[in-house]
Amino acid sequence: MISLEALKNEVQNWLQLHVGSTMALIAESVLLGILVIALFAVLGLLLVFMERKVSAVMQIRLGPNRVGPKGWLQTSADTLKLMLKEGLTPDGADKFLFNLAPFIIMIAAMLIMVPVAFARNFQIWDINIGVLYISSVASISVIAILMAGWSSNNKYSLLGAMRSGAQIISYELSAGIAVITMIILTGSLSVNDIIASQENGWWIFKGHIPAIIAFVIFMIAVTAETNRAPFDLAEAESELTAGFHTEYSGMKFALFFLAEYINIFIVCAVAAILFFGGWMPFHIGHWQAFNHIMDYIPSSIWFFGKTFFLIGLIMWFRWTFPRLRIDQLLNLEWKYLLPISLLNMLLMTIVAILKWYL
Amino acid sequence: MSIQQYIQDVYGAIKSLLKGMCVTGYYFLHPKEIITEQYPDNRATLKLAERFKGEVVMLHDENNEHACTGCTACELACPNGTIKIITQFDITPEGKKKKALNTFVYHLELCTMCNLCVEACPTGAIVMAQNFEHSVYDRKQLIKTLNKPGSKLRAGVE
Repeated sequence: MISLEALKNEVQNWLQLHVGSTMALIAESVLLGILVIALFAVLGLLLVFMERKVSAVMQIRLGPNRVGPKGWLQTSADTLKLMLKEGLTPDGADKFLFNLAPFIIMIAAMLIMVPVAFARNFQIWDINIGVLYISSVASISVIAILMAGWSSNNKYSLLGAMRSGAQIISYELSAGIAVITMIILTGSLSVNDIIASQENGWWIFKGHIPAIIAFVIFMIAVTAETNRAPFDLAEAESELTAGFHTEYSGMKFALFFLAEYINIFIVCAVAAILFFGGWMPFHIGHWQAFNHIMDYIPSSIWFFGKTFFLIGLIMWFRWTFPRLRIDQLLNLEWKYLLPISLLNMLLMTIVAILKWYL
Repeated sequence: MSIQQYIQDVYGAIKSLLKGMCVTGYYFLHPKEIITEQYPDNRATLKLAERFKGEVVMLHDENNEHACTGCTACELACPNGTIKIITQFDITPEGKKKKALNTFVYHLELCTMCNLCVEACPTGAIVMAQNFEHSVYDRKQLIKTLNKPGSKLRAGVE
């Protein structure tokens, strides 16, 4: 059976044999860079198309259906258009920061890919603080957003950026606590350990009610962190034109747009790792036969299946709920999510101490 | 805020959010509900909403007779002067003069499809049709005469 792990080992062995270990390391790094960029491009095209189709069906429309078969080439055509467009820099803008911001947001998105396990033993780098790393690097993107908003020299951009700052900083708290709630169960921050601990069942099933509450809180918080509706105050079309990326055009805008979708993919991948076992197939306790059958489905399919299911969930949120006001947004975080997630963490600690999970 | 109120708030919020998600989820799982008409492609099978209004037409039966008495109620009802009725006096067999319709002028370019003329008509002579392909090269072509040439008032309509 072909798997990503076998492919990786094959390439590694070939490189070790033919170019020596130092060159092999360099070659692998370059290869990884290309792979990550390729994954970004594919994800961007796929997720934008998925979003447009999902939103269309939810609003009883058809969505893009003219470019290519069933509209599948729509996003490629859009990307081509964005590439050919002129990347304007406004006269009054702080040119250095203005042009730097899209790259920072992309670099932040790229860096988060590092500890994500895409399949069994298929991971760029297994850091022992994987989850902490993800949540800390993810907050770099707020700097890029503030940078873009400030340097645009546009009141809409600045308002959008400020809102985004307030929003991301507050929602990171409950997202972080939801993550900690799951860390209590696994006792390790390493992504591999977290996945390995779910071999006899995913945490969402094993962790009882606190895990489910943590999952709901995590999903709400990451929806806010990725600036998506119903928390899209940062780029509220009807109030702020496009928020922090009002002044951007062409490829610079495309980078912001791409980063948004990459961030969605990443937070959903993290949710899949923490609550649904990442690439771990669906196992039930000690049912050996059932577990064996599940193992026949490749681990990469499990990972991408779960992630895309969660992305679908976030898209479902977006096309159902109306946008919150800024005071409602902060109320929700500080008065509801934060106390509930703190209590939930306490509950999870009790569950962990009494070993109520399997 | 009491604890009870707080828990009620959270419960109510989750309940109403799930309700909303049920609606969109239903549409997502039932693509048959899609109401988009791919207009130029399905021109032959186009399904328009029952209440869609495209233009005012005058009904004529097979004897080329209409029900318009020329009372100008529609002209008076029209908020933006879309309708102009030119009347004439017919001589009845008894030798009396009687007001009748000569030309029903309808300015489609001014019409907002508000349906007030149709409601004002005492005899039901005019109705709203669903034809919406009105593009022409000259706006003079949008000034229409609704009564067909040679048509006359149906007997018995007062």
